[in-house]
Amino acid sequence: MKSDMSTIVKTVTDFLFGFIIIFGIYIIIHGHLTPGGGFQGGAVVASGFALLFVAFARTFLDKKPQQLYGLFESVGLLIFISLAFLGIYRTFFYNFLANSGGLFGMKITQGINPGYFNTAGVVPLMNMAVGFEVACGLSLIVYLLYRGVIEEGEDGE
Amino acid sequence: MNIIDHAPALLVAIPLFTAFLYQFIYYITHKNIRYLATVALGINWILGISMAFHVFSSGPISYVFGASSPGLSLPSGYHFPIRIIFEADGMSAFMALIGTTVSFVGALYSESFAKRYSELSKYFSLLLLLTAGLLGMVLTGDLFNFFVFFEITSLASVTLAAYRTYRKESVEAGFKYMLISTVSSLLILVAVGILYGEYGALNIAKVASMIQYTLLDKVALALFVTSLAMKAGSVPMHFWTPDTYGEAPAPITAMLVSASQASLYGLFRVVFTLYGLKISTLTVGWIIIILGVLSMFIGVTMAIIQKDIKRLMAYHAISQTGYMLLGVGVGLATFGTDAFLKYGFTAMKGGIYHIINHAFYKGLLFLTAGAIFYRTKTRNLNEMGGLAHTMKYTTIFFMIGAAAIAGLPPFNGFASKLLIYESVFKFNPVLSIIAMMVSILTLASFVKVFYSAFLGPKRIKDGKEFKEVPPNMVIAMGILALLIVIFGIFPGFVINNIVEPTARALSSPLLYISTILGKM
Repeated sequence: MKSDMSTIVKTVTDFLFGFIIIFGIYIIIHGHLTPGGGFQGGAVVASGFALLFVAFARTFLDKKPQQLYGLFESVGLLIFISLAFLGIYRTFFYNFLANSGGLFGMKITQGINPGYFNTAGVVPLMNMAVGFEVACGLSLIVYLLYRGVIEEGEDGE
Repeated sequence: MNIIDHAPALLVAIPLFTAFLYQFIYYITHKNIRYLATVALGINWILGISMAFHVFSSGPISYVFGASSPGLSLPSGYHFPIRIIFEADGMSAFMALIGTTVSFVGALYSESFAKRYSELSKYFSLLLLLTAGLLGMVLTGDLFNFFVFFEITSLASVTLAAYRTYRKESVEAGFKYMLISTVSSLLILVAVGILYGEYGALNIAKVASMIQYTLLDKVALALFVTSLAMKAGSVPMHFWTPDTYGEAPAPITAMLVSASQASLYGLFRVVFTLYGLKISTLTVGWIIIILGVLSMFIGVTMAIIQKDIKRLMAYHAISQTGYMLLGVGVGLATFGTDAFLKYGFTAMKGGIYHIINHAFYKGLLFLTAGAIFYRTKTRNLNEMGGLAHTMKYTTIFFMIGAAAIAGLPPFNGFASKLLIYESVFKFNPVLSIIAMMVSILTLASFVKVFYSAFLGPKRIKDGKEFKEVPPNMVIAMGILALLIVIFGIFPGFVINNIVEPTARALSSPLLYISTILGKM
């Protein structure tokens, strides 16, 4: 079982992987404008990685990526809570970037608008942090489960 | 910026931040930083104490996440609290005081106790998450947030209970606890959903101000009471406690007692505050009293026959939960009548005083059981003996804890039990007599433990005597023992300055509501 899948699967994975990742990133960074956000986009990215594990089992299982995933997961979490702490001169989770004119700080007037990307202050940044964390965390879970299945299969044989 | 104004958020934020930092440092350096968790939780402890005394002296504080100032629950033009709100009234501050104390002691104790575990940084991360979860449960002013923190607490404690995965009993205990937690959190979610569908609000104060006590509300109340009593380990939903408390590492067990009490807090908050304006006090009060009496009696009778020291203590935890339910239940049954002022309020004070006493002496007892296990590698009482010869501090601490749980003067258990006996006797003498009998049986079973573990000739295993445990563990136990003695010697001071503001906060739902919504 610990081998790569057929050429067809590998070729399709090569082709699809980029699209899945880009779609996931789109959901993450447009989280403050469209449905979805950090968690949903992160899950999409992780599903791309799940496809990689299945198609290229041998390559990935030998590389043991859990160190990298774990590190990036904790980085995402730390960025999220640090952003919350940065607003503590007012309150915890205070949105200090919104309407400030700088990064994600465009002022918007109330009413119907097409959805401006450069708005919402720390919300997009937090979405990115959560997206990062969820993508790595779910990939780690999928990786560990998949490795467990394979190792159990080897014991049984 | 006044740090006390930010305390409700910081109490949850500091453990969370430290938990993530642990993982980050671990993945960078592959080492566990010693004492990081202890220092963080020590800061939390100081913050918890100062917030509690601030709240006791000058009334409830609210904390609105993301608002331009901490207390701004209704910005101009709004009639509806829209943000995530934490509210620390007397009861919440009281529970936070317990949670911060026990978690600090647990972390300090773990520094030595858990040293042999693999993946130590994950252990401390989970311990910090458990702390964040249980403090969030007691501080939140939002029903859905309560569910979220309930889940965080459950997940962290399940993982910690099953931490020693090489023992199949641990895995079984963790699995049992996971089932119970999942069932009860789903029941809570359904109840919250019912209330949200009916009133369109999740803020506890807002829902409490609109509650109608319709049939649907009663269904939600039943779901709340069942699930929270289940998580608090009350009979007849107690079957997970002996396994989980018995198998979890000792410092975690001490914290699980506090986590169970956070569920108990949820129960009291629901009946007194959320439904406080409309609830049929006598019916619900009696339900809680009956749960309490059953827990007391069944818990202690099961405890007497145990041979495993931690299972025995776990059954006692069930039995002691009964006292709290009895005291506060009598308070609820008389709520709003003349009897409440005559003896109901005293019963409530007794029940609440017992919560903090129980957290300290049961925590201490579990820690001494952990100390015994640390040296003898067994939890079977029949294989112990003669430990008093060499483990002097542990023996003294065990005696203090056992005397407190049995309600002997001058320890703290006596003070709270006396309040409960006296006031419950006026309500219904039979209940009071049962409570006293349970106390005697408790004493009997702890005499048995003391005799079989500590007295008798010196035992030698593998040619070595059992030495005293490392200083971290002695200090951790010493802190709790000191608190027990102080709470026992100065009960008047504690009741006037800590317990009475708490009981008053719990019995005045309007104060809780008006902190968020302004005067009505």
